[in-house]
Amino acid sequence: MSTYSLSETDGAAARQVPVAQPRARLRASAAGFVAGMAWIAFGLSCLVWEDVGDWSRTQALGISAFVIAAFLIVGTLGADRLGRLGAALRQRAPWLSALGLVLTLWELATAKFAWLPLPFFPPPQAIIEVYTDDLPKLLDSVIASVKLQLGGYLIGAGAGFLTGVSIGWSRSVGYWVHPVLRFIGPLPATAWLPVAFFTFPSSWSASTFLIALATAFPVTVLTWSGVASVSNAYYDVARTLGAKPSFLVTKVAIPAALPHVFVGLFMGLGASFAVLVVAEMIGVKAGLGWYLQWAQGWAAYANMYAALIVMSLLCSGAITLLFRARDRLLVWQKGVVKW
Amino acid sequence: MVALALAEPAARAGAALDIAHVSHAFDIDGAMLPVLEDVNLLIEPGEFVALLGPSGCGKSTLLRLVAGLEPPRSGALREDDITIRGPHPSRVVVFQDPTLFPWRTVWDNVALGLEAQGILKRHRRRVDEAIALVGLSAFRNAYPHQLSGGMAQRAALARALVNDPKVLVLDEPLGKLDSLTRITMQAELVSLWQRKGFTTLLVTHDAEEALFLAGRVIVLSERPARIKADIAVDRPYPRHRGDPYLADLRRMILGLLGLDATW
Ligand SMILES: Nc1ncnc2c1ncn2[C@@H]1O[C@H](COP(=O)(O)OP(=O)(O)OP(=O)(O)O)[C@@H](O)[C@H]1O
Ligand SMILES: [Mg+2]
Repeated sequence: MSTYSLSETDGAAARQVPVAQPRARLRASAAGFVAGMAWIAFGLSCLVWEDVGDWSRTQALGISAFVIAAFLIVGTLGADRLGRLGAALRQRAPWLSALGLVLTLWELATAKFAWLPLPFFPPPQAIIEVYTDDLPKLLDSVIASVKLQLGGYLIGAGAGFLTGVSIGWSRSVGYWVHPVLRFIGPLPATAWLPVAFFTFPSSWSASTFLIALATAFPVTVLTWSGVASVSNAYYDVARTLGAKPSFLVTKVAIPAALPHVFVGLFMGLGASFAVLVVAEMIGVKAGLGWYLQWAQGWAAYANMYAALIVMSLLCSGAITLLFRARDRLLVWQKGVVKW
Repeated sequence: MVALALAEPAARAGAALDIAHVSHAFDIDGAMLPVLEDVNLLIEPGEFVALLGPSGCGKSTLLRLVAGLEPPRSGALREDDITIRGPHPSRVVVFQDPTLFPWRTVWDNVALGLEAQGILKRHRRRVDEAIALVGLSAFRNAYPHQLSGGMAQRAALARALVNDPKVLVLDEPLGKLDSLTRITMQAELVSLWQRKGFTTLLVTHDAEEALFLAGRVIVLSERPARIKADIAVDRPYPRHRGDPYLADLRRMILGLLGLDATW
C-alpha cells in the first residue's frame, strides 16, 4: 500500500517545540499570525467592495471571517496554555493561512470583480446561503444517500467476504464460483443499471443491489487471495495442536487474511460511491446524486458546489471510519498506513 | 527461572513410537527426491531421543511424519501401536521456525492448543504457568513482532508444553537462543521431561546439546537419510558438560558426521 501519512509525524514535531527558546517560539507563532492575517484579508475582501450580484450572506461571512481571525490570533498567543488545542493550532497554521488566502482570492474573483464567469462560479457566500436556506432538502438528501449506501455496502461487503472465504477455502466452491466471478466481476456495476431498474420491484432495491455488486467484487477477490496466501505453516501448527477445520477457517484463515480483506473493503467503498451517485441521478430520485442533478436542472450552481462539498466530506468520513476499524482490528500489524 | 509446576497431575507417561521401514520422497516437478530411506526406530515410552544429521538430510521431514502432517510414501509410524494417520494433540511439535500467529498476543498464542481443543476455560492457569516457565510473563500481552527471535522461540515452546503432550517433537527449538538462555532452557527441558515423563524426539545440529539432553542419539546419513548410528548415552542426569565420557561420544559422533579432522 502507499503511504498517506499526514498528521502523525508533524504532530510529534510540533509537540516538541521547546517553549523556552524565544526564537523558535517566535517562528512557531509567526505561522499562526500569518493565518490570522489571511482570514482578516478574507473578511476585508467580503466587506470592502460591493457585491456584483445579489447575495444575502456577504456581511455575515465577512464578520465570521474576522471572528475566525480573532480566534487564530488569540489561540496563537495563548498556545502554550491551551495544551493539545494549541499544538493542533500550531500544526495546522500553514494550512489555515493557505485556506484564508484561497478564500480571499475566490471572493475577489467571483463576488467582487467577476473575473470568473458568474453563474458557473458562485462566490463563497452563495454556498453558505445554500447551507442556511436549503438545509432541509440537503439534509433529506444526505440521509437518503447514507441509508442507500450503508445498506448496499454492508450487504455487498458481507456477501463478498463470505464468497471470498468459501472460494479460498473450498476447492469445489472455487470450481463453481470462480468462472462466474471472472465473467461477471469485471463488468462495471453501472452497466447493469438499465436491467436492474426494470427487473427489481423498486428503484431503491435495484440501487441497493448495484451498490452491493460493486462492493462485493473487490471484497471477494481480495478476501479470496488473502485466504489463499495464508502460509501452510500456520495450518500445520494449528493442526498439530488439535484444531478442527472450523477452527482453521475462523481462527487461522480469516484473521490471517484480514489485512487483504480491508484492502478489498477500501476498494469496494470507492467503487460503491461511484455507483451510488449514478444510481441516484438516474433512478432513485433522492439523495445527493439526485440533488446534484436537480440543481443542474435549475442552473443552481451554488447548490451543486454545496452538495459536492457535503458529498466529499461524507465519502472521506466513510473511509476514515473504515481505517479506524482497521487500525483497531489490525493492531498486531506494524507500520500500517495512516489515513 | 520460574517454578516449574504445570497445574496438571504429573507423569501422564509418554507414548511409545514405532517408526517401521519408513521411506519418503518429494515430487519436485515430476522428479522424485528421496529424502528418507528405510528408517527404523523404536522409541520406548518416556525416552529422550536426539536426531543428529547434516543439513537438508530429512530430519524435519521425519518429524512431520511423526506429527502426522504427511503420510509416509512407504512404511508405517505407530504411536502406542496405533498407526499415525493425522495430527493429534498428544504429539505436539515445536517447529524450526517459531511460526507464532502474528495477530495473537503471546498469551493467546500459547493458549492456542487449549482453545482449539475447546478446554481453554478450565485451564487458563496452565497458560500462565507455561508462559512463566519460559520466562515471558512480562510479555504476555506483546505481539510477536515485538519479540526477539529467541523470545519468539520460547513462546513457541510454551505453546507446545501447555498441552501436556505424550510425545514432544522438537525441531531445533533452542537454535536461535543465546548461549546463556540456551543452557538454562536445556536444564529446564531435562527437568520438565523427567517430571512429566513425555517421550521426546529432538532434532538438533549440536552434538554437545544432544549428548547433554538425550538418552539416545541417532545419527543420520546424508540425504536420503538412513540411520547411521544409534548411540546410547548411559549417564545419569544432571550431566556435566566437561564429562570425559560425553567428550569421547562427541568425538565419535563428529567423526560419523565427517568432521573428525577438525577435532
Ligand atoms: N514440501 C517439500 N517439497 C519438496 N521438497 C521438500 C519439501 N520439504 C523438504 N523438502 C526437501 O527435503 C529435503 C530434506 O528437508 P528437511 O527439511 O527434512 O531437512 P532437515 O534435515 O530438516 O535440514 P535442516 O537441518 O537444514 O533443517 C531437502 O532437500 C528439501 O529440499
Ligand atoms: Mg529442519
